[in-house]
Amino acid sequence: MATFVKFTLNGVECLAEDGTQLVEAAAENGVFIPTLCNYPGIPPKGSCRICTVLVNGIPVTACTTRVVEDMKVQTSTPELESFRKSVVEILFAEGNHLCPSCEKSGSCELQALAYRYRMTVPHFPYLFPKRDVEAWHPKILKDHNRCILCKRCIRGIHNKDGKALFAFGKRGDRLVINIDPETSRDVSDELVQKAMAMCPVGAILKKEKGFDVPIGSRKYDVAPIGSEVEG
Amino acid sequence: MGNTITDVIKQYGGDETRLMDILIDIQAAQGYLSDSAITQIARALGIPQVDVEQTVSFYHFFAREPRGKYAIYLNDSVVAEFNDRAGVAKALEEAAGCSFGQVSPDGLIGLFPTACIGMSDQEPAALINEVVFPRMTPAKARALVAGLKAGQAVADLAGTDFGEGQNAHPLIRSTVRNNIRLRGDMVFDRYEPGAALRRAVSMSSREIIAMVKAASVRGRGGAGFPTGMKWEFARKAPGDVKYIFCNADEGEPGTFKDRVILTELPGLVFEGMAVAGYAVGARHGILYIRNEYRYLRPYLESVLTGMREQNLLGAYIAGKAGFNFDIKIQFGAGAYVCGEESALIESAEGKRGEPRDRPPFPVEKGYLQKPTVVNNVETLCSVVQVLVKGVDWYNSLGTPESKGTKVLSVSGDCDKPGIYEIAWGFSVNDILKMVGARDVQAVQVGGPSGACIAPAEFSRTLAYEDLATGGSLIIIGAHRDLLKDVVLNFARFFREESCGSCVPCRALTVMAQRVMEQIVAGKGTPTDLARFVEWASIMKKNRCGLGQTALNPIITTLRNFKPLYDRRIAVGDDRFMPTFDLAAAVRDYDEAVKGP
Repeated sequence: MATFVKFTLNGVECLAEDGTQLVEAAAENGVFIPTLCNYPGIPPKGSCRICTVLVNGIPVTACTTRVVEDMKVQTSTPELESFRKSVVEILFAEGNHLCPSCEKSGSCELQALAYRYRMTVPHFPYLFPKRDVEAWHPKILKDHNRCILCKRCIRGIHNKDGKALFAFGKRGDRLVINIDPETSRDVSDELVQKAMAMCPVGAILKKEKGFDVPIGSRKYDVAPIGSEVEG
Repeated sequence: MGNTITDVIKQYGGDETRLMDILIDIQAAQGYLSDSAITQIARALGIPQVDVEQTVSFYHFFAREPRGKYAIYLNDSVVAEFNDRAGVAKALEEAAGCSFGQVSPDGLIGLFPTACIGMSDQEPAALINEVVFPRMTPAKARALVAGLKAGQAVADLAGTDFGEGQNAHPLIRSTVRNNIRLRGDMVFDRYEPGAALRRAVSMSSREIIAMVKAASVRGRGGAGFPTGMKWEFARKAPGDVKYIFCNADEGEPGTFKDRVILTELPGLVFEGMAVAGYAVGARHGILYIRNEYRYLRPYLESVLTGMREQNLLGAYIAGKAGFNFDIKIQFGAGAYVCGEESALIESAEGKRGEPRDRPPFPVEKGYLQKPTVVNNVETLCSVVQVLVKGVDWYNSLGTPESKGTKVLSVSGDCDKPGIYEIAWGFSVNDILKMVGARDVQAVQVGGPSGACIAPAEFSRTLAYEDLATGGSLIIIGAHRDLLKDVVLNFARFFREESCGSCVPCRALTVMAQRVMEQIVAGKGTPTDLARFVEWASIMKKNRCGLGQTALNPIITTLRNFKPLYDRRIAVGDDRFMPTFDLAAAVRDYDEAVKGP
């Protein structure tokens, strides 16, 4: 039997199943908390920080926080909104994101959030990093220019033996995601498709297939990010 | 030959959580971790190669390419720079015939920079194949390289001018000095091995925790969390298997107290771990110690063996039935962030040192998901003395909110750098007088993650309620270029040491370093200064202490030394970018129209 707990969301009393992830509990109650590294069904990591909310006045990441009785949650304050916009802008300035030529344009979560936060030009200095496009894999194209290092693919993509296909390499601003040559050897088309869909940006692409859905009729071209929750 | 890898892995039971040990041993045998070594390790452990690579490439002492028969790691910390690190580096490059980041053509010598190696009272210092070379000079550097080229052993080249105390122990034989300038009433007071454990076994675990709480012992790593409370959480956490970690990863530039404590009083630290084990109900202790201190390994192992023989570790400790506790040593491989307790645990599990999300806290789910206590070296020493000398004695030292003593690591511009054990509550001025510091421009309290304070604040006291600190004080003389020599160095340090997981930390440490470089070059703008303040508030939302404090060197100097910034800010119209170099931007065009 599921137990439900009462908690306050932006001053409104709400109900959620005890222990539900805060991002989900908020969504069930019609409140959208933006995420980039979080993905339904895979263990959260709290690394993009964009889902930061105030729980009893203290900033925490909503993806790594579970709802408990009497929790007081504030998902939106001017400071939190400004922080979220900054995270988006930082990511644009940190990598090399050229939306018009990207396969994911229109279904990219980073781009969609940039629209949501009305980003015009990043207020952070562009780093213009020299990054590779990795094309040795027969089925996967990895464009490191676009990678936001959210770790979704590391946490969410495993082969039949339960082994990871992706892992981090190095650290800090040299951080990179590597593809394992052995565990990814016999990767199915479905799994590559899943990895591509899971990637919030256009860093993981399935080879020999592209622009299936024309730009203009893609997910966030049709309805802005968050509208699925906010209506 | 090829069997080395198999043998090493067998030695660790094919256990992937021992990956750090496996990699350290294989690198020691083969000099570096080749592609084929990575593949073999992955196969033998049954994990993806990228997972092995993930751990290897995180730590800067792990080498994926040969780094020379003798890899010379020269410390590039602020204090090393104060003491002519540049001259030593130049001498090494000339003598070795290669630049930093390279290996000499004959493969003999490699030159690499490294972050603070815990020798700030005797800089510049270098590490060569686990041997420490403190107090380097350009002349010594040339002699050293000549000796290596002539085939002399590294240990012989270090000489026999051994440091005081146990540094001369046959199992250490190091020229590193302790420089203990002031022995306090706690850590460096008399210590009778086993007294605390004998006292402990006459009490219940609850009574011990109550005693530690009554003495209000707080963590000495800097954060000051109440130790008794931490132990109680772990004791009450469900589960039979629990762990006690001693955090000896001290990587905060300017800190070296744990090195000295572990050189002189490892038994005290281990006894503290055993007491913690008894109080929490843990049978396993792990000393996580930074790779830079690997020269202490044979000695520390021998101390553990001695304690087992004296029944202070092992089974039936101090004659108490059911009290079983033993300690193993876990080395790191070069990553400052591993001083953060959850990153330390990840590292001990063989992974990259990426801090964990909390909750759960380590006391609930720590090492191998079991309840785990992580205590600082000095904290464990305090507990032993509380048991032996009592709560009242402990509470008679220090200030209302900071009881006991603090071991300070003092370095920089002063006559007597070294170790000072003081009762909490000393003012910065008291300390400056004691260490022989004159013409002081600034004091970096608590390392780069702490605060850089100006003379106006030297009357402040070291205590959790005023200037909380893990104990490092770097004294910066009036003749130093604070922004260039100190702040920029620290900015580089944090960029280098960020694990890269949190977006703000990964990117803003790079951006802050670049902007700081521009300011030092006289190309900053007033907007840049405003940016720093905004960025610092963004950084507060990072997951761990490193990320939250990484801009402190800039923010605290901006607060306390604003005129130094103003003096370097390009005057003029803020709408123009002083970084824009018109000549450079049109150089290609100029060359093209000029012709050959």
